[in-house]
Amino acid sequence: MGVSISLNINGEARSLDNVEPRLLLVDLIREELGLTGTNIGCDTSQCGACTVHMDGLAVKSCTVLAVQADGSDVVTIEGMAEEGQLTAMQQAFWDEHGLQCGFCTPGMIMAGVKLVEGNPDISDEEIRHGLEGNICRCTGYQNIVKAMKVAAQAAT
Amino acid sequence: MAEALSLIASEDDARFLAGGHSLVPAMKLRLDAPGTLIDIGRIEGLRGIAYGSGDENDCIGPLTTHATIASSNLASALVEAAGGIGDPQVRNRGTIGGNIAHADPASDLPTVLTALGATIRVENSSSARNIEAESFFTGLFETSLGENELVTVIAVPREGAGTGSAYAKLFNPASRYAVVGACASVTLNNGVVSRARVAVGGLTPMATRCGSVEAALEGRSTDAINGASAQVASDVGDDILEDIHASAEYRLGVIPVYVERALQAACARAAG
Amino acid sequence: MAKFVGKSFKRVEDPRFLQGKGKYVSNLQRPGMAYVAIVRSPHAHAEIKGIDASAALELDGVVAVYTGQDLIDGGVGQLPCGWVVPECKIPERWPVEPARARHVGDAVAVVVADSPYVAEDALELIEVDYEPLPVSVGARATTEYRAQQIHAEIPNNTAYAWALGDEDGMRRAFREAAHVVELDLVNQRLIPNAMEPRACMAEWDNTTEEMTVWTTSQNPHPIRLLLSGFTLGIPENKLRVISPDVGGGFGSKIFHYPEEIIVPWVARAINRPAKWVATRSESFMTDSQGRDHVTNVRMAMDATGTITGLHVQTWADQGAYLSTFAPLIPTALSITLFSGLYKIPGIWGEMKGTLTNTVPVDAYRGAGRPEASYLLERIVEKGAQKMGMDPIAFRRHNLIPADEFPYQTPVAFQYDSGNYQGLFDKLEEISGYGDLREEQKSKRAEGKLWGVGVAGCIEASGPAPSAVAGSLGSAVGLWESGTVRVHPTGKVTALTGSHAHGQGHETTFAQIVADELNIPLEDIEVVHGDTGRIPFGMGTYGSRSAAVGGSALVRSATRVREKMTKIAAHQMESRPEDVYFDDETGNIRVRGATDDGMSFFEVALAAYTAHDLPPDIEPGLEETAFFDPSNFTFPNSAHIAVVSIDRETGEVTLEKYFGVDDVGKVINPLIVDGQLVGGVAQGVGQALWEHGIYGEDGQLLTGSMMDYAMPRADRFPHIETGRIETPSPTNPLGVKGAGEMGTIAGTVTVANAVVDALAPLGVDHVEMPFTAERIWQTIQAHS
Repeated sequence: MGVSISLNINGEARSLDNVEPRLLLVDLIREELGLTGTNIGCDTSQCGACTVHMDGLAVKSCTVLAVQADGSDVVTIEGMAEEGQLTAMQQAFWDEHGLQCGFCTPGMIMAGVKLVEGNPDISDEEIRHGLEGNICRCTGYQNIVKAMKVAAQAAT
Repeated sequence: MAEALSLIASEDDARFLAGGHSLVPAMKLRLDAPGTLIDIGRIEGLRGIAYGSGDENDCIGPLTTHATIASSNLASALVEAAGGIGDPQVRNRGTIGGNIAHADPASDLPTVLTALGATIRVENSSSARNIEAESFFTGLFETSLGENELVTVIAVPREGAGTGSAYAKLFNPASRYAVVGACASVTLNNGVVSRARVAVGGLTPMATRCGSVEAALEGRSTDAINGASAQVASDVGDDILEDIHASAEYRLGVIPVYVERALQAACARAAG
Repeated sequence: MAKFVGKSFKRVEDPRFLQGKGKYVSNLQRPGMAYVAIVRSPHAHAEIKGIDASAALELDGVVAVYTGQDLIDGGVGQLPCGWVVPECKIPERWPVEPARARHVGDAVAVVVADSPYVAEDALELIEVDYEPLPVSVGARATTEYRAQQIHAEIPNNTAYAWALGDEDGMRRAFREAAHVVELDLVNQRLIPNAMEPRACMAEWDNTTEEMTVWTTSQNPHPIRLLLSGFTLGIPENKLRVISPDVGGGFGSKIFHYPEEIIVPWVARAINRPAKWVATRSESFMTDSQGRDHVTNVRMAMDATGTITGLHVQTWADQGAYLSTFAPLIPTALSITLFSGLYKIPGIWGEMKGTLTNTVPVDAYRGAGRPEASYLLERIVEKGAQKMGMDPIAFRRHNLIPADEFPYQTPVAFQYDSGNYQGLFDKLEEISGYGDLREEQKSKRAEGKLWGVGVAGCIEASGPAPSAVAGSLGSAVGLWESGTVRVHPTGKVTALTGSHAHGQGHETTFAQIVADELNIPLEDIEVVHGDTGRIPFGMGTYGSRSAAVGGSALVRSATRVREKMTKIAAHQMESRPEDVYFDDETGNIRVRGATDDGMSFFEVALAAYTAHDLPPDIEPGLEETAFFDPSNFTFPNSAHIAVVSIDRETGEVTLEKYFGVDDVGKVINPLIVDGQLVGGVAQGVGQALWEHGIYGEDGQLLTGSMMDYAMPRADRFPHIETGRIETPSPTNPLGVKGAGEMGTIAGTVTVANAVVDALAPLGVDHVEMPFTAERIWQTIQAHS
């Protein structure tokens, strides 16, 4: 008993038939669309590894049904760097050693882009608070905070 | 909306889906498996804030997200509480209507709406009724929302000059839900509290209005806050929640602190 | 000559992670793949009386359902224990339990389906007839005579008892002591929670009878060895185990897990590729967990505050089975560290490994060493209190002097090198320790609860040598292999048996090889995690990779360099001793000669064309070394934490944190600092929030991130780091382990700060984690 949906994924229009209503957006992205950069780190909407942009907002794609994304613009980590040119946020994560195992990184970057948007002078405290929804087990967050601060400046 | 209300009545085991931030997590853990989902997420009439003028209430559509409320000009306690729900991503999707219909005892909004004296409008395919927030929440994950009814408006009194509100909570460090939460709304007249509304949550099965605290404060100066806050014990009854995060003893022990903090902050805001 | 070692380089592995191109097991796909899901016991202890899979088998898309007995009949073996202390009793453990479940989450049956959603649906249709049994929990309680027996063959639920040290010396110290301090303490159960849940995928080729297994492991070669020799029975030369990008391990991905057996077994049974990916809920109830020690510690001092004796008795909860290295952690990785940074003549440590109806416990970041540091630095803190001495002054009074290395402790280890006074010098400098104490005075005068915690910690990293490991119970060697392959074009592939899952080996190991061969970093590719490409390896744990794996690469690169020297000398008609690798030009030149010499590429090509090689030199340019160090390395640290406590609610706020670490020679400061800061955060997590709580019925009450509090960004201040470098003499790089020091120190440093904050109330100990309620209760009890 599938549903037909269409959505824009990283700027490309896609139509999918027979989507199970219970299918999670993250599973649609990973399994149906083959974009495995968006990770699944928990099953209780806590970790933020699955963060994508949906109609311009950072959302946890594990807590959105694919059918709810019908007609939406969805951007994943694969839609960030154009032709291999890293965005300011990606570059800052690289420069500041903002990642270790890399598993939370796509979600961190997607959340970070929205967090610093329009706020070039964002403080450490604002960043830390804004990262409530993203868990990293490796870095202790310090270099992630640093990277986001640098990226906030660079984006202006 | 009419279509949604008629569907809920005709489909078997049907549920409304708003932002999905209470229902989808339950479905993922297979704690809930509705037969039919009715996605109301695109009903534009149910989204957004209509500010009242003068004595009119501000009217919030149930699909309004926590993020929208957190950056709104609504009563400050509501803004404050919405900004502390979950995390930015959750606030971008989670809605006030879904939140209150779910009625999690650890949720912040039931406490705030109860303290603010909000009115919740609910409709089914044939009728509509208004419910005071205080009577909307009836128990653990229970509301007075009838079968096939949908929350359509949350009406919140405007805060005029001399009135202020605040919300204070102890975060559960894992889930960010409230271990205990307290909301106060006060009106100050020449340094005297002429009106106080206080509610607490997190420690009781549902948001609980604190009449004793209010009575101990009304007509007195803000110096009475400390003493009044201690009265909360007589408001919350015997059914105090207890779990791995906090014993009933602890919840009861610290709730006066949060009531006091909410009252102090509300009075500071009321004083401008 | 070190152009690369010692300098910060951005990580070469990062671009793929930054763009969502990490090759995690869960991302991999094979054509025609089936999905495995596992029926898990909801009971902590139950007889499995029957399994009815008929409804599941009728579901569209379900391929097969297997029981534990099906797997046993199909040839699987028991999960072995890879570290066996004397008289250790090893419980039976099957990949899927055929008759009895012994913890919540124990595998009971296996479902295979065409899609993951259908596999999950099928789980709910399988009816297991359980007969619940009484449950035993609690590291110490489980040994009591009334406790429910978990394995018939293991009386008193006690798998082993182990002791180490100088019992007579300890007794003498206590007899003669001027002061004795004592603590009962609990090092609580932790849940590792690497962000990537475990996963396994397998593909069977029934024509060649070759099996490929992709698994989220920190050590693919030992997993292949165990699969081949014990659990699956496929010969090693027909079995390839690949651990591609792995999203964090922290110890939890060292062990051989049931799913690594189940998935390839299924792939062969159905002749289709198969994959299993854990949900986070499954991770909570199946990843081996950490810590869970119940301890009594007593310390003897003379009249001047010199520590003379230490007696420790610990009950270590090992869970329902002995996980792969479980007995190692409380024994040879914990008691051996009881001397800490101090000269303590009489140390006696006793350890019981006990079994409970809980998830198995094994190495978790620090593994035994945080437990040792915790009990020691807590009792040392209490000793300082007792003597009325400043905590740093008390520690300084007892430190092993820098001129006494190598230092033989009474608990087996010989410390390689150290400058412990220097650590505290640096710590006092970066923290402004004197000012902190002044600030504390004024805060206390205002009635505030504000604490400064100090700890000095030791670690043993890079477990070695293999012969000693064997004598202590290890079933494996603890060396490492490294291969340096110079291609004819002069590009280099460096293969290591170490495994990186966040540590940045692709960068640091390239730095090591680049310095040895005098070539640019970008000409080197580091390969790890594939038994099909790397000769053998022991993997990554115990902060061993740089010291052991890096040293193996130094050796093989040195051999390559020597061979190139000979070839170049021959071709340039010179003597090898006159040939050198020129830093400036990158060429290989003859000392004193005015020509450019030969380029690295020319020499490499010459090795392969073999047209004109010296008579004793074989063609080709590839060397493999197996490095077995002579000893562990002993990193050490001194840390300070500052906390404030909300007197009314009990909430603890970490206000400041300073850590000075000596991890020997540093290869890449950027990466080392990242390890230390990340480690501190993990240690702080234990002190303040994390606790795997089991009910009396054995239910895991913190079974998700809704209930198990993971450290979050907004709960940390900026962590200040400082460093001193005392090279280790036990490896050619002079390095010590850097991966666990932060975690080892972080926990007890914060614990000491919290106790210091509460000291004015008369508090001398609080159990972790320091939740708001626990602190509030403590304050209530003391006011």
